[in-house]
Amino acid sequence: MYPNEVGLQWSVLIVLYPFITGLVAGAFILASLERVFRVEAVKPTYRLALLTALAFLLVAPLPLQLHLGHPERSPEMYFTPHSTSAMAMFGYVYLWYLMAVLVLEIWLDYRREIVLLSQSSKGLLRIVYRLMTLGSNNISERSLAIDERAGWIVTLVGIPSAFLLHGYVGFIFGSVKANPWWSSPMMPVVFIFSAMVSGIAGVMLLYMAITKLRKLKIDIRCVDTIAMYLFYIFIIDFSLEMLDLVHRIYEADESFRSLNFMVHTQLYIPHIVIQICLGTLTPIILLGITQVVRLPQIARLRIYSVAGCLTLIGIFAMRWNVVIGGQLFSKSFLGYTTYKMGLVTREGLLVAIALTLLPLLFLWALVKLLPPWPDESAPAAVAPN
Amino acid sequence: MNISRRQIMILLPAAAVAWKYVLAGTPEESPNYKMSDHWWSMLIDIPKCIGCGNCVRACQAENDVPEMSFRTWVERYHISDWQMANPLGVMSNPMTDPQVISPDGGKEGFPVTTDESGKYFFVPKLCNHCADSPCTQVCPVGATFISPDGVVLVDQTYCLGCAYCVQACPYGCRYIHPVKKVADKCTLCYHRITKGLTTACCEACPTGARQLADLKNPKDPIHEFLKTHSVQVLKPQMATGAKVFYNDLDGSVR
Amino acid sequence: MSVFKDAGHLFRFAGLFVLAFLVFLVVRHYVVPKSFGEYGHYRGAAIGEIAAHPIRFAGHDTCETCHADVAEIKNSGKHAHVNCEACHGAQAKHAGADDPSTVKPVLPETTVLCARCHTASAAKPKGFPQVVPADHSTGLPCDTCHKPHNPAMDAGGAK
Repeated sequence: MYPNEVGLQWSVLIVLYPFITGLVAGAFILASLERVFRVEAVKPTYRLALLTALAFLLVAPLPLQLHLGHPERSPEMYFTPHSTSAMAMFGYVYLWYLMAVLVLEIWLDYRREIVLLSQSSKGLLRIVYRLMTLGSNNISERSLAIDERAGWIVTLVGIPSAFLLHGYVGFIFGSVKANPWWSSPMMPVVFIFSAMVSGIAGVMLLYMAITKLRKLKIDIRCVDTIAMYLFYIFIIDFSLEMLDLVHRIYEADESFRSLNFMVHTQLYIPHIVIQICLGTLTPIILLGITQVVRLPQIARLRIYSVAGCLTLIGIFAMRWNVVIGGQLFSKSFLGYTTYKMGLVTREGLLVAIALTLLPLLFLWALVKLLPPWPDESAPAAVAPN
Repeated sequence: MNISRRQIMILLPAAAVAWKYVLAGTPEESPNYKMSDHWWSMLIDIPKCIGCGNCVRACQAENDVPEMSFRTWVERYHISDWQMANPLGVMSNPMTDPQVISPDGGKEGFPVTTDESGKYFFVPKLCNHCADSPCTQVCPVGATFISPDGVVLVDQTYCLGCAYCVQACPYGCRYIHPVKKVADKCTLCYHRITKGLTTACCEACPTGARQLADLKNPKDPIHEFLKTHSVQVLKPQMATGAKVFYNDLDGSVR
Repeated sequence: MSVFKDAGHLFRFAGLFVLAFLVFLVVRHYVVPKSFGEYGHYRGAAIGEIAAHPIRFAGHDTCETCHADVAEIKNSGKHAHVNCEACHGAQAKHAGADDPSTVKPVLPETTVLCARCHTASAAKPKGFPQVVPADHSTGLPCDTCHKPHNPAMDAGGAK
């Protein structure tokens, strides 16, 4: 190892960041399936997907801020972004996606409820809703139709924006010529597809869990459709990763021996066992079974739950293997180091767990504030004046 | 000490004035120094390096380099002799399997070895002050840059400490300062070379294995050296425009 | 126009954006350092700040201003290209002091100092003078026989 390489620079928080933005992008793509591609079947998850994306997006900058040596200087990325740096994009892409895509789309879709709630609720909530109306109480047919059209455009723009939001992270790694584990034109593409897989699986699991908590019946047609999309996108994702692997093994350049050894020793459990076998092959096979064999509903739901969980674990492992794996070997290809993850440190395990759970807390708050299924929910129904 | 009182009376004030000027350290550059007149680089003569570690110690003293971080370091390579690797008669290429050590960066030298097999040599390494440096390319805010006179520097009051530059450097010459929490690396002793001194590592090297060079100065001995010797840079395939030139660098050096 | 009446909320949303952008521009004007962009995408004043770092090694030219006699002895021997501070350590404090004799450099112990370079090792270049200290000097300090400034045996002999 070069003497300065022994300690890892990017910790588990940097593993968490692409995982979170991946969930955001993936959830948004699922929402766009309904909005732009008119896949009616997934409508029950439309609003939930948007709120999930927002909940995770709000948490996304936190791992980065906790990692920075000087987080108080991060506004410099807005004031003097360096045009040759992929990382400099973060500030603007994030802000664009947050305000001009996600918040705008949620606002447009919920505007009718927001106006009604601003009139019917009391106290602090009333002030919150009134602020969210931006002072306009117009929910006439015409204005709602305009909202519908505008929302469609926003979603359309949002799809490449989502790709940009997560693809640039892939480019951050893929453009580092110094690191052969990262440097690859495939990296942004693999990141985007694995993001879609994780986001779709995440929303599917959340929908199933929340519906169960609300003691309602899961819309099986919806979940079947989601699982189908998950299956096919997973196939693409797996093919891309295998292509990268096969290409690497075949060309066997100067880095191959060192990387190969690393994958078979230090990364054996995270990469071969968790990412490939448990996290990719098993869910694909499970989902494939449901696509080919006609199984009873209860069996399908169980398989979807298992496959969904394994998928999320697998995609997290993929991020781990890219970020941590890329720092475990020396750029001299002659040595290896280890990652010592702290427990209670600023970038340690507890913080990582907290940051993974925090979006769920935000989601809970958002679901309370902007109910995704107002027609079905019994008590909190909107009472017109 | 054989200095007479007379000598002291004459030399002391002169030296003091000259030295006070050098130590002035005002935020403006020395008035006689024009950045556009210089393009700094370094020449490292491998056959001359004896692995004493003086350079590593001197750099640490001059620049307050923290323990376990290195602005420069020395590696010792051992290339074994060719020998049979397996019964099938296939020989393994020792050039792809060098044994490399760098105990504490070579700060206290290297352990003595009596193994006369193969060949040994020392490779001092530092920031290559690349003309097309990948580290300045990836900085998100412009905290690291190449100065107009060819030295890659870090603006430590602007750096966020994101460590992207550390990841992007192919040579491993950067680190995050454990206390200041910003990126740090060899500055080619910028505070010295702009005042006509040489770098701390070159000053301390007893064999002249390390020499500061100014490529824009037609009288600099490096020009003659480059014409008469075979020089390489580290990792030429990365096309970084590295400006640290190595004389007689073996192909096995990573 | 009726389209503006029914799309009023969209204009309000856009208005927020425009407002935020204007605020951003104003803040940026005050926050970005003045010397930023002077030579490139970085704070130009940083160059001067880095150049103002304190100096610890005086450099052999400065040493020779006062110690020309030692320099003469050294320049006629094998240690001609070994700079003063390579052995004596960083001496800027000594050179820059109003009275250098108050900041006396510590004379290094030769058994340790000389061994750093001259201990024989198969790893060192073959032409470089190297000995096994235990055999060569049987524990005696190196300067028993060698004067460090000109280490040749016939250049002055034992102290």
